[in-house]
Amino acid sequence: MTGLTLGHFLSLGAILFALSVIGIFLNRRNLIVMLMAIELMLLAVNINFIAFAYFLGDMAGQVFVFFILTVAAAEAAIGLAILVVLFRNRASIAVDDIDTLKG
Amino acid sequence: MTAELNPDLLLAIVLAPLAGAIVAGLFGRQIGTRGAHGVTILGVAVSFVLSALVLRDVALHGARFDGTVYEWMVIGGLRMEVGFLVDGLSAMMMVVVTFVSLMVHIYTIGYMAGDPGYQRFFSYISLFTFSMLMLVMSNNFLQLFFAWEAVGLVSYLLIGFWYKRPTAVHANLKAFLVNRVGDFGFILGIGLLAAYAGTLHYGQTFAKAGELAAMTLPGTDWALLTVACICLFIGAMGKSAQVPLHVWLPDSMEGPTPISALIHAATMVTAGIFMVARMSPLFELSAVALNLILVVGAVTALFMGLLGIVQNDIKRVVAYSTLSQLGYMTVALGASAYSVAVFHLMTHAFFKALLFLAAGSVIIGMHHAQDIRNMGGLRRYMPITWITALLGSLALIGTPLFSGYYSKESILIAVAASPQPAAAFASFALVAGVFITAFYTFRMYFLVFHGEERFRLEPQPDPDDHDHGHDGHHGATPHESPWVVTAPLVLLAVPSVVIGYLALEPMLFGPFLQDAIRVDAAAHPAMTVLDQKVEGPLAFAVYGLTTLPFWLAVAGVALAYLFYVRAPQIPAAIARALRPLVVVLENKYYMDWFNEHVLAAGARAVGTGLWRGGDQALIDGVMIDGSARSIDRMAGVLRLLQTGRLYWYALVMMLGIVVLMTWMLWPHLALLLGH
Amino acid sequence: MDTTTALFYLFSAVLLFAAFRVITARSTVHAALYLVLAFFSAACVWMLLEAEFLALTLILVYVGAVMVLFLFVVMMLDVHTDKFREGFWRHFPLAGLIGAVIALQMALVLMTGFDLPEAPPPDARALELGNTKLLGIAIYTEYLYPLQLAAALLLLAMFAAVALTLRRRKDSRYLDPAAQMKARKADRLRVVKMPPVVDQPADGAAQAGGEQR
Repeated sequence: MTGLTLGHFLSLGAILFALSVIGIFLNRRNLIVMLMAIELMLLAVNINFIAFAYFLGDMAGQVFVFFILTVAAAEAAIGLAILVVLFRNRASIAVDDIDTLKG
Repeated sequence: MTAELNPDLLLAIVLAPLAGAIVAGLFGRQIGTRGAHGVTILGVAVSFVLSALVLRDVALHGARFDGTVYEWMVIGGLRMEVGFLVDGLSAMMMVVVTFVSLMVHIYTIGYMAGDPGYQRFFSYISLFTFSMLMLVMSNNFLQLFFAWEAVGLVSYLLIGFWYKRPTAVHANLKAFLVNRVGDFGFILGIGLLAAYAGTLHYGQTFAKAGELAAMTLPGTDWALLTVACICLFIGAMGKSAQVPLHVWLPDSMEGPTPISALIHAATMVTAGIFMVARMSPLFELSAVALNLILVVGAVTALFMGLLGIVQNDIKRVVAYSTLSQLGYMTVALGASAYSVAVFHLMTHAFFKALLFLAAGSVIIGMHHAQDIRNMGGLRRYMPITWITALLGSLALIGTPLFSGYYSKESILIAVAASPQPAAAFASFALVAGVFITAFYTFRMYFLVFHGEERFRLEPQPDPDDHDHGHDGHHGATPHESPWVVTAPLVLLAVPSVVIGYLALEPMLFGPFLQDAIRVDAAAHPAMTVLDQKVEGPLAFAVYGLTTLPFWLAVAGVALAYLFYVRAPQIPAAIARALRPLVVVLENKYYMDWFNEHVLAAGARAVGTGLWRGGDQALIDGVMIDGSARSIDRMAGVLRLLQTGRLYWYALVMMLGIVVLMTWMLWPHLALLLGH
Repeated sequence: MDTTTALFYLFSAVLLFAAFRVITARSTVHAALYLVLAFFSAACVWMLLEAEFLALTLILVYVGAVMVLFLFVVMMLDVHTDKFREGFWRHFPLAGLIGAVIALQMALVLMTGFDLPEAPPPDARALELGNTKLLGIAIYTEYLYPLQLAAALLLLAMFAAVALTLRRRKDSRYLDPAAQMKARKADRLRVVKMPPVVDQPADGAAQAGGEQR
């Protein structure tokens, strides 16, 4: 592959990560989009891992991505389950409204 | 060759009254009134007899005693012990104290008869006797201070004996607090001496007097001994009621008359004089202190005498007379005539106690009325009281051959011969005081015992007497007091007349007081001049007839006779003409007003200010509540960080990571930016 | 520019656009769909990096399962989406700044720290086996234990999701065995002794009965 260095992929991951951070901060009214932003974050990290696995020639990166996918799936499932129960009790998924633990 | 005195004997002298006091105090109800007075009189009588024996040994056989009876503790190198020093000075004081105390004990049987606190009173006066004996027999400063405070305490208890009277409570607090001021100076003086001499014992301190005289107070260039002596004298001012710490003594007349006689005439108030005489080795080395003593004494003698002229309460006249005579004693001390001061102390104890007890007898006879404007012509009804009071008055004004003459004339000569700068003023004050003393003494005498019998008339309202006169039966005939009251009067009249004649030469010029009192004859020639002038008691008496003070005294008596027996309208006219002066005198130079409204109110204001400003505002408000409140406020601010919202927490985490990364990568980044 | 690089830029652009639309979409369903697009683009990027198995797994597992789940939930919850946008763009400057800073820092670190322009040449064995097999070998030999743990984790997640959202049917006759065991006869039945109430027959009836006999 010519022209493409590790840096390209890493910067891609970085921008994606930054976008998802922005997303978390902006979406104060929609918990589902916040969960999606978390998925994006995980995706960014996965891109990093794959890039490293390729450029260092080490399979460990890909193995790690495998496991991240597993965990991310589990976490998404549980997160959504919590969301559903929350909605049942509060009839709202606005993050602003889930602030009973405030100081 | 000095004989040794038995220490057990001395202990018995001190402990007998104490035992009497404890028994009467704790078991008063069980033993009843007769038991109480019996046991206390027994104690004091034992003490008196033994003191007389000691005096005989000291005077005739030259016996002395200076030793420790009980060692309390040793701190560092400072020994704290109970010890006795018996020499001429203390032996004389012991006899005076126990004799007057015995007379007062007997007198009290009659005076306090029927009072519900009878046993308590006897317990207190015996306790006082114990304390005073400890004071005069002490051989170290610690015991002196203990006894000093103890007599102050008993004085407080006795002045407020009738504690349900608000005036009595006011008076005893006043006495205690004013004494406290004096005690503050006293303890500073003792502290200085203990610090620099390294010992509390008299003898050891006096031995170091020479060294101490050369030292100065660190940080200043004042002589150490001057400062210490002035501090000690402040204590004496409090106890012996010198201006300005004299204000408690007239008010102390709220207490029953027996204690006015015992404490506030004969013994406690002389403690200051005694102490300065005892410390003569130290005072002799400080001319400044002696000068101060001279000034203070002269002021007291003159100005307190003037106040005696306007008093209408029989006890107050005698109280101001006491103040004035204490001033005389103080002046004698200042002129370095310590033995003369002590001599006057002794004679004064007898005739002043006599006058107080006579006043008490009059009060009993008048059914507890005390205003002399409502008396008059009592000589027909109370002959024994009349005669003894006359003898006491003659002694007081300094009639030649009476005891008061010898001591007072000696003081006048000694002061005239003193080279101190204030001696001239003191001399003038004392000589003027002779006239004033004669005037007020015989004013009182004539108003009480001569003239028309005003008690049959409507009673005068008394401004400075609070409710003493109201329980009397006005118009009822006065009667002579019972023998328990008149016997002490007679017994006290005897030494008032003769003791001066007998004790003049031995006390002033003999070896009796030589080892107790040290005088620097070169610098302070008062005693030597006196020695030259006095050729014997009889010759001295004759000499007295030719001096100015004698004629002043005669003039005073004559004027009093004129004003109060012959032409009573004259003093009233003079009082009207000199109204402003009379007002000042009646208000006691506004010193009480000053104390109450400036000093006491000022102290209360400072206290209130410190309470509000310091305690409430600063300590409670700022430090305690303030710190709690500021923590509360900080917590209130910090709490806003916990919003409970997920995105906020996530954001803060991100920020934290950014900061952390920046910090850790800073060299890297700086390098990068530099490119 | 050669094909690979061009493809990379294309896929990256789509990915970043999709990600941006995920977080700024007006409707949640749109956001979910944009996320699907993002995953597809990421999978393509992974293909470029010769991680075929994982790229396809991403599509199968993530898009196929997780995103479908997301869509299920989004459509199940009856939420009013218009309220969501209040104050949205107000916070954008600050969020944008923070995001930019993060991106910059990460890029700086990663780019300057790892200077790897070239991929190492692939070895013969890797070429022969292919990515999937290599990955399989690595998982089942060296990382076997983590694999088992991951499996347990998935099982746990399944239980958790079910347990969290389980609702009781109102008409179910479920009995708690423990409560059943604790029941005692004394709590259910109490025998009370009462004296019998004896009816006295009326006189006429008794006599009538007696007379009739």
